[in-house]
Amino acid sequence: MQIYLPIADIPVNVFLVLAMGLAVGFISGMFGIGGGFLMTPLLIFIGVQPAVAVASVTTHVAASSFSGAIAYWRRKALDSTLALTLLGGGIFGSGAGVALFTWLRALDQLDLVIGLSYVTLLSVVGILMIAESARAIVRSRHGKPPELRRPGSHVWFHGLPLKLRFKRSKVYVSAIPVLAIGFIIGFIGAIMGIGGGFLLVPMLIYLVRVPTATVIGTSMVLTFITMASATVLHAATNHLVDAVLALILMVGGVIGAQFGAHAGQRIRGEWLRLFLGLLVFSVGLRFAFDLGVRPDDLYSIRFIGGEP
Amino acid sequence: MKIVVAAVLVFLGTIGVATPAAAERLVVSLSNHHVMITSNYTGVELVLFGSVEGDAGAAAGRGSYDIVATITGPRQSLRTRRKSRVLGIWVNTASRTFVDPPSYLAVLSSRPLDAITSAENQRRLQLGIADTPLPELINNDIGEVSSDPFRAALLQLMRKHGLYKEESNAVTFLTPALFRAAISLPADVPIGSYEVDVKLFADGHLIAQTDSAFEIVKVGFEQFVVNAARQHGLLYGLATAMMALLTGWIASVAFRRD
Repeated sequence: MQIYLPIADIPVNVFLVLAMGLAVGFISGMFGIGGGFLMTPLLIFIGVQPAVAVASVTTHVAASSFSGAIAYWRRKALDSTLALTLLGGGIFGSGAGVALFTWLRALDQLDLVIGLSYVTLLSVVGILMIAESARAIVRSRHGKPPELRRPGSHVWFHGLPLKLRFKRSKVYVSAIPVLAIGFIIGFIGAIMGIGGGFLLVPMLIYLVRVPTATVIGTSMVLTFITMASATVLHAATNHLVDAVLALILMVGGVIGAQFGAHAGQRIRGEWLRLFLGLLVFSVGLRFAFDLGVRPDDLYSIRFIGGEP
Repeated sequence: MKIVVAAVLVFLGTIGVATPAAAERLVVSLSNHHVMITSNYTGVELVLFGSVEGDAGAAAGRGSYDIVATITGPRQSLRTRRKSRVLGIWVNTASRTFVDPPSYLAVLSSRPLDAITSAENQRRLQLGIADTPLPELINNDIGEVSSDPFRAALLQLMRKHGLYKEESNAVTFLTPALFRAAISLPADVPIGSYEVDVKLFADGHLIAQTDSAFEIVKVGFEQFVVNAARQHGLLYGLATAMMALLTGWIASVAFRRD
């Protein structure tokens, strides 16, 4: 069944988009991530313009992370003080990201920047995750207990002023690095159409030493707020959010996420991280391939100016 | 006075329009003048009907008729960009801006253009894709660069997307004077008004010409969404964000396990 997307200006098969939502939702539920980094390339692949894809995926990620956040909130597995502090930085990050997005679009270099960001971010994060999880797997094979994170290990920014106590996460740390992380996630999210969960979770665990128990719920709160505000900003400045596309995606996404979350609980944590690492890395490679290999057609067209 | 009349005749002769002997008139009609885009829109096919009206006396001396119908979509400026390798990656490095080229161009004819009329006539009448003017923006000036590789790339890309096409067998004569042509518009053609220009040729000469038009418009829900997104961006964004939160909330209630 074909449906015409009013903003993307192309007809798409509803079941195909729904299936994409389900598949990405399954993966996002399994790993506790938003899944934007998979959804945006898929939409571009079926013919949606990159700019519309990025803008519409923010809406989809807002929906799936909101349903996740509610589930964690019921289990009291989120730290609202931490989420709000991250958000303080995140809002400014989103604003700066949308502004840069608009500027790059005018310069004809948006596709390049989206491509480059995917390559660097995904391959670096992918490799780090693969390495970390492989070490954990090897360790458990040798019968050693999993490595515990030492709360006392300080890094330089633990000496910064403006210390805040995040009660539920049991950390006492300066607000500056937390705000900075929020800014980075909001900024990257707005440009790449991703929630940044797969970046935020390791940053909070390794840099701020937030315990795993509260990190995913907190990340989902931040994700849904930044993605909802990115939706509003994209809609207000670039008029590129396709509500019909976003609705189909989010319906598939939230359903898929439920099954994914179920499946994820049966897999061991380090294997889960290894699979996610491989997935992230291969998407990064796919983008590297596009940038590095001579395109079939060196020329491309972009319509400029207002409506016909 | 005589000189003026002679000059006009010479002028008419050179541009090939309606030689005094031409008594034919061209009457055309489209099957639909308003194409509406609704949620199940996947493109549309229009039919152009036409008939050559004229006294048999004038037509007797001629060979068969030929028709060239040119459908021109809404004009919109565009940029053709070329990638080249910079530090190992492919980046858009050069571009040309084309000023208001047609976003859709179909040249439908009853025979190949070269068989219908001379290359010179084609150029003069701007017949066919190759002879359609595509002005470029060159340092704040507007000019035509026919040998530009960017122009060739534009034509090639537009053909590849099905937006520019030439079909030399699209017009069929049902009787010697009655013809029809199918105009098939893919779903991704731009919305707006389309001009249909129909030219009648006989023995290599243009003997009559007429035009028609149709419009592709979004209606109902599609139109509502587009208007909301363009004119009330902030409200539209807030509504979309609320929709996302509502969907997320419904999902968390529907799948609640505890």
